[in-house]
Parts: sequence; C-alpha cells; structure tokens
Amino acid sequence: MPLDTIGTFSVSRLSILDETGKADTDLMPDLSEDQLIYLYESMTLSRMMDARMLNLQRQGRLGTLPVCTGQEAAFCPAILAIRDTDWFVGSYRELGARLMRGETLMNALLLFNGYEEGNVNPENDRTLPISIVLGSQLPHAVGLAYASRLKGEKDTVALTVFGDGSTSEGDFHEALNFAGVLDAPVIFLCQNNQFAISTPREFQTRSETIAQKAIAYGIHGIQVDGNDALAVYQAVKEAADRARQGEGPTLIEAVTFRMAMHTTADDPSRYRSDDLVASWEKKDPITRFRKYLTKEGIWDDDRQTALEARIKSDIDAAVKEFEQGVEIKPDAPFDHVFGTPAQIIEDQRARFLAELEKEADHG
Amino acid sequence: MAKINMVQALNTTLHDVMEKDSSVLIMGEDVGVNGGVFRVTDGLYEKYGRERAIDSPIAESGILGTAIGMAIGGLKPVIEMQFSGFSYEMMHQLEGNASRMRNRSRGQFSVPLVVRMPYGGGVRALEHHSESKEAFYAHTAGVKVVIPSSPTNAGPLLRAAIEDPDPVIFMEPKRSYRSFKESVSPKDYTIGRAEIVRSGEDITIVSWGAMMRDTLKAVEMIESDTEFSPEIIDLLTISPMDAATIVESVKKTGRCVVIQEAQQSFGPASEIIALINDQALMYLEAPVKRVTMYDVVMPLFAREMMYLPSKGQIVRAIRETLEF
Repeated sequence: MPLDTIGTFSVSRLSILDETGKADTDLMPDLSEDQLIYLYESMTLSRMMDARMLNLQRQGRLGTLPVCTGQEAAFCPAILAIRDTDWFVGSYRELGARLMRGETLMNALLLFNGYEEGNVNPENDRTLPISIVLGSQLPHAVGLAYASRLKGEKDTVALTVFGDGSTSEGDFHEALNFAGVLDAPVIFLCQNNQFAISTPREFQTRSETIAQKAIAYGIHGIQVDGNDALAVYQAVKEAADRARQGEGPTLIEAVTFRMAMHTTADDPSRYRSDDLVASWEKKDPITRFRKYLTKEGIWDDDRQTALEARIKSDIDAAVKEFEQGVEIKPDAPFDHVFGTPAQIIEDQRARFLAELEKEADHG
Repeated sequence: MAKINMVQALNTTLHDVMEKDSSVLIMGEDVGVNGGVFRVTDGLYEKYGRERAIDSPIAESGILGTAIGMAIGGLKPVIEMQFSGFSYEMMHQLEGNASRMRNRSRGQFSVPLVVRMPYGGGVRALEHHSESKEAFYAHTAGVKVVIPSSPTNAGPLLRAAIEDPDPVIFMEPKRSYRSFKESVSPKDYTIGRAEIVRSGEDITIVSWGAMMRDTLKAVEMIESDTEFSPEIIDLLTISPMDAATIVESVKKTGRCVVIQEAQQSFGPASEIIALINDQALMYLEAPVKRVTMYDVVMPLFAREMMYLPSKGQIVRAIRETLEF
C-alpha cells in the first residue's frame, strides 16, 4: 500500500499598511476618502471612549469594564465592510464596532453601570447584545445566517467576533463545523489579542495559526495583520462578498494586541512584561492609519485637533446625561421573563414591589 | 375515529404545523432521512428536504446555539435532543443565551424555539437514557417546560409550544410513546395551564408525564374496593407552574398526593408542596405526600422498576393520605 499525499494546505496572511503607514498599492481596498475618514474617526472615538470609561471606572463611577484599546483596527473596519442589514454578533471587547452599528455613548455607559437597558441598540435591530460566555455567540451567527438564506434574503450575511481564548471552546468548533455543513453565509472574525486574561495564545492551541483551523472545517481561512485597518477591511469585505455569492463561511484571524488589562479587575503586570507591551506600542493601529492618511494628504493636525475636540464634547455630553441619573423601572426584570403573562411571575412581581415599599418605609 | 399513539400524534402535528408555517423547521441528530430514532419526525425530510428537516452534526450545543440564531432571525426551529441524557451538552446555551436573550435585550430579541426530548425510564435502555431531569430546565428563568402525557394532549401542546414566543423544553415521556392509543379529538391546551382530568372532592392527586397513566391505574385499583372521589390534575406545564389550579383544588379537598418520576429532592413535587404550604396550609387535613424516585443515580434496567414509583406505592400513598 503506497503512502500518498492526499492533500496539501496553505495559510495566507494579509498585510497592506506597514508600521510607517506605507500602503501596498496593489492590495489597496476600494475605499473612498469619506469612508477612510469615517473609519479613522470611528477608531479614534473607540479609543477615546475606552479611555474615558476606564477613567470613570477608576473613579468608582462605572462598574467592571472590558477594555479594547489597541484592537481598534481588528474590529472597526469589519463594520465598514458589512452592511447595516447584515447581522452583527459580537463579544464584549469591540466598543468601536458597536458604536459604528448605532450604539449610543449613553448606552455604553448604562450597560457598564449595570443596566440591561444599555444593551438595546436603538438604531440597528440586527445587532445582538454583548455576549460574555466565550464562544457561545458563534453558533447564533450561524443560525442567523441560515435563517436569512431560508427566508429568501439572498444578500444577508452574519459577522461574529470573538477572541483567541474562545477558539478553545467547544462552541467554536461546533459553530465552524455547522457553518461548513450548512453552508451558512457567516464570517468568523477572531481578535487574536495574544492573551485570554493571563493565558498566552500558545497555551490555547498548539496550532501555529488560528487561521489554519478553517482548513479542518473545509471553509476559507486567512490571517491578517489586525493592527492594519486596511487589511482587516479587505479580508472581511472579501469574506462578505464570497458569503453573499453563496460561497460559504470564512474564518479570519486578526493578529493584534490587548494593550491594557482584560477587565478593570485584572492586573496584567502579573503575567506579561513591559517590554512586550512596548513592542506592540510601535504597531499602534491608529497611529499607523493616521500616518497613512496624512501621507495621502487627507488628514492633518488641524483636522486631528478638531476631531478630538468634537469627540471629547460628545463624550462629555453623554457622561453628563448619564450622571444626571437614569430613571429605571425597578420591576423591569419581571417584564422580560416570558413573552406571555404568567401568574406565578406576576405574584412574585407583586411581592417584590411590596417588599421594596417596606424597605423604603423602614430604611 | 382511528386511535393513535403519542408518536403518531406528535408526528401528525409536526406535519401539520410545517405545512402551514414555512418558518418552522426541524433539526437534530438523525431527524431527517431516518425520521428520528423514535420516528417522531418521520416523513418530514421527504416533504421539506434538507433545508427544513436538517440532519445536524452530533453536537447538542451547536444544535441549540444555531437554533437560537435561527429563532432570533425569524424562524421557528423545533430541535430534537435524541435523548434527554444528551441535552446537558446544550445546557449552557439554554441557561446562558436562550433563556436570557429576551431579558438581556430588554425585549428587542426573543428566542421562540422548541427543544423536544424523549425522557424517562421504564424502557430497558442503556445508561443516560432513563432519567427525568425536568427540574434542571425548570430551574432556569425564561424557559418553559412542558410534558405531555397522552396522544390527546401531546399534539396540541406541541403546537402551542411551537407558537409560543419563548424557548420551550418539550419533554416526551418515551415510556408513553407507543404504550397506548387514544381516539384523538381536537382540544385546546394552553402552556402554563394544568388540566383537571377528573373532578372530585376527597383528595387532589397531581402527576405528569408517564406517571400520569400509572396514577390513573392506581386510582382504578383503589376504586375496585373503596368508594372515593379523587380530583386528578395533569400538570402538563412544569414551568411556569399553574399554582392556582393546584391550590384551588387542595382548598377543596384538603388532601394531596404528588407523583413524580424524578428523584425526590429539589423537583416539581417539592415545589408543589411548597406552593400548597404558602397558599393552602390551613385547608389541609393531612400532610401532603409525594411518591418519587430516590436520590440515587438512575439504575440500569435490571433494577430500574424497583426504583421508579410503582402503582402499588401510589395506591398506598393515596390510601394513607385518605385515612390520615
């Protein structure tokens, strides 16, 4: 019996902008000046809001918070590359992506101060709320993509975002497998930010890349420089185009770095060196993109100053509104147990309200 | 009218619902070409093809997780866990997402899907194929748990589950799948409502699932030598529980026995007794009794009939409560 090679596989990596902001013109995506500026502004908004929220948390004015600074190029361009009518099924570390999907600054503050109301996207009813349990949102994207096809929306795709840690979850495997078998138009965008809390990427998997895992499921897979906004845009755009044309799912590994802590409850100095962090600072995605835009003559210091002033003022206004206090309906959780009335729930609501009143009376 | 068994009742309902509503699909392990290992989904693949009768990869979390997406996306998936003993692989999708999406999104998204699963003992099966774990699912806010007991109520309850706006765990007592037939006449059932299958004055007897049939037989056994007037309640929905029907009945009879196939502790029987304690204690003329399995791992089939509640146990519990 001969020993034959029955398959050979390769994994590609896409990079368009180098660290100096120089673009590979052959690979340049088809983006207008307005789109490029919108993308840059969105990434900057994400960075500034992230910083402000971290600041508020440190002052005790916000609850525990996941921080996404450094990863803006790994998620913002993906939103530009899909349509509002596509599904976005996120995780919890892509603030800028959510803002681009119509999330309000106010809602971001609400959610991380403990109000479910912050999960409601007022602009887009195809954006799922944040998902905390790692990888569990991936199968949802597969189902949404399948539902769109079955309902005759030939042009709709689903984009889901997750981290490198999630690729160890069973749901990652199950979702990629289902997507392949069902030929679902879905894009799996992995934010490989090198650490799952303290656990480095190489402890999650012996695979050299996450992108190569696509091969095992018979779907497209590619690695991109996740700090390169243009490369991420291009990879997601190509995946979306393929999915729309009925060519199935894609796994994209965006290689990036979580510049700050996992959440505000985490101390990254326990598990990674300053040198490592410093080496990634040189690759900062926003700085790099700004250099490119400046070289192209579509961005300058004046525009930068104006942008930062505008964003600061928007954030100030949202924080002010938020701190004026939010009127909440204390018994709202009883409204959303079931979609039909249930006596046992209503009895408990009455008990809850009566207890609240007693608490108020007796302090 | 021809008599049918529970499998036929469920199958007919699925055919009917899928014909009328193109957003309904079935998905699970071997539910398509094979028609399901119990044949509940027989013939659906032939009619609706792979698009709406999906033989899925063997991955229970993937099945429910994908179905959650389908449900949010406007479909009504009816998924099958081949046996309830395999459903624990999907528990995190149930607790973490299906049950919470309505609350998490403040009503922006809901997850109308049905998880069908054969459950329960008495069919001489392998390990993991005989448990009654309705309490697992019922202990999750936002999930409805429904258990039919007969060919007559299985079809209408499944239809109601598919039309329901929430995730419904639909547990099918597999011992009752083919063990008896009924002439099924159309009848309405509402999720969240128990059925008084027999009105009476002397004692309230509550059960559900396969135990319902044993309970009715136990009552017949008592009636062969004793005159008494039992009020028999088929719970049908485990959660949200129809407390009012039980409590009103106990206020009338003053006595109650609950028969549950599941192990004793932390189950619906305990919950029913607690509700009676809250709302009807002063009407009681005897302690409320429960007949249940024991808090042991479900034995393999050489011993299982020793452990499952027997008709004799039910008879004794009812007599003791009547005579207290």
